[in-house]
Amino acid sequence: MRTELGGVVAALGAGGVQRGRVSFLRHVAAMAWKDLRVELRSREILFNMAFFAAMMVVLFSFAFLKEGRDGEVVAVAEIAPGFLWVAVLFSATLGMARAFDREREADTMRGLLLSPAPRTALFLGKAVSLFVLMAMVEAVVVPLVWFFFAAPLFAEPLPMAVLVLLATAGVAVIGSVFAAMLMRTRARDILLPVVLYPILVPLFIAAIKGTSGLLGGQTEQAWFWIRFLLVYDAAFVVAALWTFESLVIE
Amino acid sequence: MIDAVVIRGLTKRFGTQRVLAGVDLELRAGRLCALLGPNGAGKSTLLGILSTLVRPTAGEVSFRAGDRALGGGGELRRIIGVLAHDSFLYGGLTAVENLLFYARLYEVADAEARAEALLDEVGLEPEARHRPVRTFSRGMVQRVALARALLHDPRVLLLDEPLTGLDRGGAASLVRTLESAVRRGCVVLVVSHDLEALAGVTTHLAILRRGRLQHEGHSAAGFSYQELKELYHRHAD
Repeated sequence: MRTELGGVVAALGAGGVQRGRVSFLRHVAAMAWKDLRVELRSREILFNMAFFAAMMVVLFSFAFLKEGRDGEVVAVAEIAPGFLWVAVLFSATLGMARAFDREREADTMRGLLLSPAPRTALFLGKAVSLFVLMAMVEAVVVPLVWFFFAAPLFAEPLPMAVLVLLATAGVAVIGSVFAAMLMRTRARDILLPVVLYPILVPLFIAAIKGTSGLLGGQTEQAWFWIRFLLVYDAAFVVAALWTFESLVIE
Repeated sequence: MIDAVVIRGLTKRFGTQRVLAGVDLELRAGRLCALLGPNGAGKSTLLGILSTLVRPTAGEVSFRAGDRALGGGGELRRIIGVLAHDSFLYGGLTAVENLLFYARLYEVADAEARAEALLDEVGLEPEARHRPVRTFSRGMVQRVALARALLHDPRVLLLDEPLTGLDRGGAASLVRTLESAVRRGCVVLVVSHDLEALAGVTTHLAILRRGRLQHEGHSAAGFSYQELKELYHRHAD
């Protein structure tokens, strides 16, 4: 069966490259904008994600303590990267399940698939909106980790920003694929983390190792993990675009 | 322009359950085909296959324009309009926002004017157009869903129980819309149990039972309510 990705490639190769790209990006933008508009109006996903992530950081900061230089009790900064990414990943799982649940109400996913918009564009639009929501949550969580764990997360702002963006993009893309795949299953809330987390283990390790490297002043190590994330994300974006259509058609 | 939708040997199984068993049917432009049958006859599955969302197990559907059959993918989906059981509308968006969103997906020119014109046509009051769809009654949702299905001026209209929730005025308006689509040369397929509403406008009748086509008939003048009722009871019950 000819996939949508194949169709997009063929259309681009046929001569209408510029028009094809613009149309594709318009569809991605329309999809992402629709999702964000619905969310910013209700704020049910964003608030829940942000509150959950913030609570995790605060609780962890009080759970793992050590004696500081002056004898006072402080949170363990060395483990901050782990908690940062656990909080991001767990809160993202909440968001992605709900984001795709919305497409079940009134069977809007079917409405989307009936449109001539490339299905890959619809998928990317969903992933982009999830990425934006996660980035908003990270805008709350990163400063909280910096504050509660006294972790110097802003010491190397550029590699830190690249690392956060790549890890977030990876979670958004892979999470969107699995959330779409499980959309019509009954136990999707339970199944999503069960099938998603094993796939995300390499990304999770890279994000933690990269953040640890930045906190420990080992910028070279951080860049290695950033490059790893780049390759990992690229591989999964291609795989996701290739498989999305077959996952959502009956 | 599309001349006909030709269905040959269409079979669909879900696991071990056979839902459609070798259906042959030809839907021609400029005719309204009523697809009737009891619950579980396979009507919605047939619509799902025609709308490209369900893959048949065997058989084929070809959308014919002159001598050529249209390819699949976006080119085909662009000419199909579907009104299903569910509205495909986002409860958190207003009626206009929903239509504008779908208009972007279908790349409809002058989308705002088109959306307003369609909402006029389906009879949604202007003051309701900027309210979230979740606050609408079932009938209002159905009107917006119909506008969504017509938004891109489809050449093939597939409607599954389109009269659900509509009051008399809404039903009459829907029938007028269908008549207009038929006059414009569209292929129109309607699944409904409301034989009274379909009377007079139905020129092609197909009755499905247990996945098989039990009866097919044509009437240039349109089937009357009595004829529809009698044929339904004879072939579907």
